[in-house]
Amino acid sequence: MKKMVSLEIDGKEVKVEEGKTILEAAKEAGIEIPTLCYHEGLKPYGACRICSVEIERKGRTRIVTSCCYPVEEGLKVKTNSEKVKKIRRTIIEMLLPISPTGPIMSLAKEYGVEKSRFSGERTYCILCGLCVRYCAEIKKENAITFVGRGADRKVAVVPEKADVCAMCRECYELCPSGKIIDIIGY
Amino acid sequence: MVKRINSPEDLEKLRNEIIAKSKAEKHVVSVCMGTGCIALGADVMMDALEKEVEKHGLKGKVEIKKVGCVGFCEQGPIIIIYPEEICYLKVKPEDVPDIVSKTLVEGKIVERLVYTDPNTGEKIPKLGEIPFYKHQHRLLLANNGRIDPRSIEDYIAVGGYKALAKALFEMKPEEIIEEIKASNLRGRGGAGFPTGIKWETTRNAPGEPKYVIVNCDEGDPGAFMDRALMEGNPHSVLEGLIIGAYAIGAHEGFVYVREEYPMAAENISLAIKQAEEYGLLGENIMGSNFSFKVTVHRGAGAFVSGESSALMTAIEGKVGEPRPKYIHTAVQGIWNKPSCLNNVKTWACVPLIILRGAEWFRSIGTKGSSGTMIFSLVGKVNNTGLVEVPMGITLRDIIFKIGGGIRGGKKFKAVQTGGPSGGFIPEELLDTPVDFDELRKVGSMMGSGGMVVMDEDTCMVDAARYFVDFLLEESCGKCVPCREGLKELSRILNNICRGEGKEEDIQLIEDICETMSEASLCALGRTAVNPVLTSLKYFREEWDEHIKDKKCRAKVCKALINYYIDPELCQACTLCLRECPVGAIHGDKEHVHWIDQDKCIKCGTCYEVCRFGAVKKISGEPIPPPPKGMKPIRKRRE
Ligand SMILES: Cc1cc2nc3c(=O)[nH]c(=O)nc-3n(C[C@H](O)[C@H](O)[C@H](O)COP(=O)(O)O)c2cc1C
Ligand code: SF4
Ligand code: SF4
Ligand code: SF4
Ligand code: FES
Ligand code: FES
Repeated sequence: MKKMVSLEIDGKEVKVEEGKTILEAAKEAGIEIPTLCYHEGLKPYGACRICSVEIERKGRTRIVTSCCYPVEEGLKVKTNSEKVKKIRRTIIEMLLPISPTGPIMSLAKEYGVEKSRFSGERTYCILCGLCVRYCAEIKKENAITFVGRGADRKVAVVPEKADVCAMCRECYELCPSGKIIDIIGY
Repeated sequence: MVKRINSPEDLEKLRNEIIAKSKAEKHVVSVCMGTGCIALGADVMMDALEKEVEKHGLKGKVEIKKVGCVGFCEQGPIIIIYPEEICYLKVKPEDVPDIVSKTLVEGKIVERLVYTDPNTGEKIPKLGEIPFYKHQHRLLLANNGRIDPRSIEDYIAVGGYKALAKALFEMKPEEIIEEIKASNLRGRGGAGFPTGIKWETTRNAPGEPKYVIVNCDEGDPGAFMDRALMEGNPHSVLEGLIIGAYAIGAHEGFVYVREEYPMAAENISLAIKQAEEYGLLGENIMGSNFSFKVTVHRGAGAFVSGESSALMTAIEGKVGEPRPKYIHTAVQGIWNKPSCLNNVKTWACVPLIILRGAEWFRSIGTKGSSGTMIFSLVGKVNNTGLVEVPMGITLRDIIFKIGGGIRGGKKFKAVQTGGPSGGFIPEELLDTPVDFDELRKVGSMMGSGGMVVMDEDTCMVDAARYFVDFLLEESCGKCVPCREGLKELSRILNNICRGEGKEEDIQLIEDICETMSEASLCALGRTAVNPVLTSLKYFREEWDEHIKDKKCRAKVCKALINYYIDPELCQACTLCLRECPVGAIHGDKEHVHWIDQDKCIKCGTCYEVCRFGAVKKISGEPIPPPPKGMKPIRKRRE
């Protein structure tokens, strides 16, 4: 039997198995935290940062991503503090012009972001890496990958593997923006 | 075949033999063969020197040593003659005959090659008395200049591997860790994490094997302190690494060297080979039962490749990208095994601490930051180069005493410490001591030791823009705050520098910086805001001027300046008229010249060529109208 750890999330006492993440613990306690790049079947990735929460540890508070941070005994977590909300709003503002798609639009609505001050190019892909990681971790094909760095980062099919994708397309279901259909093709 | 060293006594015996052998030579001539001096022709000069020494029949009396960077690269090629410690700067092959006949034969100084104090005109032949060196405290760099980095005998002669012998035969691993903890040594590569605690974490972490790694990525543009150590004294880094491995319980180590550093990679590879031959590396080191092997890993990548998790992924053979490390790499690093990564300088401190003790180390520096730090001092100071200083020294002393003040008698404006994501520190904070915590308090950081001095001709908005653009290029693009934040910051800052800034931009900049610094995945994104925030905090007037008055007081932002010819000063020499690439200048030999602002592309050619200082840059003020008719020139009184 695994060791149990107790922590406090939004004032609620929560007991979960050691090794779980804050996100998983919150879910068990019925507390919802928004996510974009998280998937339960894949390794934590920590790219979108929308799942950020505020933790208190040894009297000091800091922002961490709940999908990556493992629970600790006595940890105090705030999933929706003012600071957290402000960070999420800015992240939503960042993504909105790039990808005015379902998941982002509904987050914008939930967090009251009406207009974005950002001017990112509308490429739709939010670079969550769900497709790339599904292909690498579950299919073990590595048929799609990230290319470029910084502002030039994008998802591309590995040319020699194009026929693998043509036969599979399982990642389509994971893509929050629908961009993957453009990348791989119908 | 060299003889294996099988005990501390063997090492001591070898050391004595080497010293006895070298006693015969009267003079040692150290020629800097660092990357900087070679670029300035040190290798050609070296050939000339070898021939000249032979010609004078001085072989056996004079030893010529190829040494690593001595830090004063802009004055290269550099020669130091021991025991007198005479330092010759900017030495050309033509100078060699004089050096040999005057100094080596007659014992006289060649005045023209000696350092001249720009303020007093005084000639200073002795290395240690040149202001650039006088105020330094060289521990890690002490032997750069004295030893041939490609000779393990040289290193052994100056006491090398003695610390290793002490660690292996007189100390338990736990005692070594305690000693490092007691020394208060903090990491020299970035965040200043306490080294002893990191070692202990890796030692106690479950899982085998454990790894130790040297970080010689040094992606910081313009910085070369790690390169200089690796090139100039690779055995000191290696000795520190072996001691660390023994303390931590690692049997395998990596040295990560960036692709652009071929000589560093070559010298450390040679050092590893030599250490193996002497039994100081490999199986049963020095006859003990500790075994350890080291591999050099060449890394090609961006600035972010030096980040710990990115570097470790690269060693695994994957694309080097940061990953979340709420479980420290010290616990789960390379292949998820406990891995202890330290900077080149951090490792090089270790033998010194083991040999001379934690207390001695702590006696140098401040309470929170012990020991010395090496900075790469560049920018608008008179003396640029590598400076090793005790922690606690003020920025003012580094810039004015060691750096010799601002070039060209200009006024100091700011200093950036800590590399491209360090903050800009203004004049009123120049008495800030060099200390991990103090630098952080003023909005900057120690980083890996970059130090860029800026003068009054630097626009602080433009400087922030420059570093944002640099970091945008170098960001891996994985996480949203850093990627999108830098993209937007770049757009806004470029707009402001183009005179298209809006007042509400400041609020957006602050919101972006907050989210980046709180929520980015790795320290690149979290610290990238430092140049922007410190520029805003300490130089806010300049931002307001750019946005509201369309004025750049340093006259750097091209869109905000105009060139204008002062009719009182113009001598109608027609030079600018002839040089202007777009024919924007009017005038003739009898009349003052004027610039047609509609045609001018602001290339600055006229400003550069005018010998009378008649061409002015103006910003934020109306351009006086061109002279009505053709105004005759007012000749200067002779
Ligand atoms: C973007 C980025 C670049 C870095 N580059 C370097 C580097 O070039 N050299 C280095 O030693 N540390 C670098 N670091 C710091 C490392 O992540 C790590 O903290 C350090 O190597 C640990 O060694 P230390 O404890 O001896 O400082 C970098 C960190 C970041 C975030
Ligand atoms: S294509 Fe879709 S799944 Fe893949 S990274 Fe982009 S948004 Fe994510
Ligand atoms: S902070 Fe920047 S460099 Fe670091 S992971 Fe995020 S995008 Fe990459
Ligand atoms: S502005 Fe200077 S360069 Fe041009 S004509 Fe006058 S004196 Fe000559
Ligand atoms: S869901 Fe946690 S970082 Fe994306
Ligand atoms: S390379 Fe010669 S002093 Fe730096």
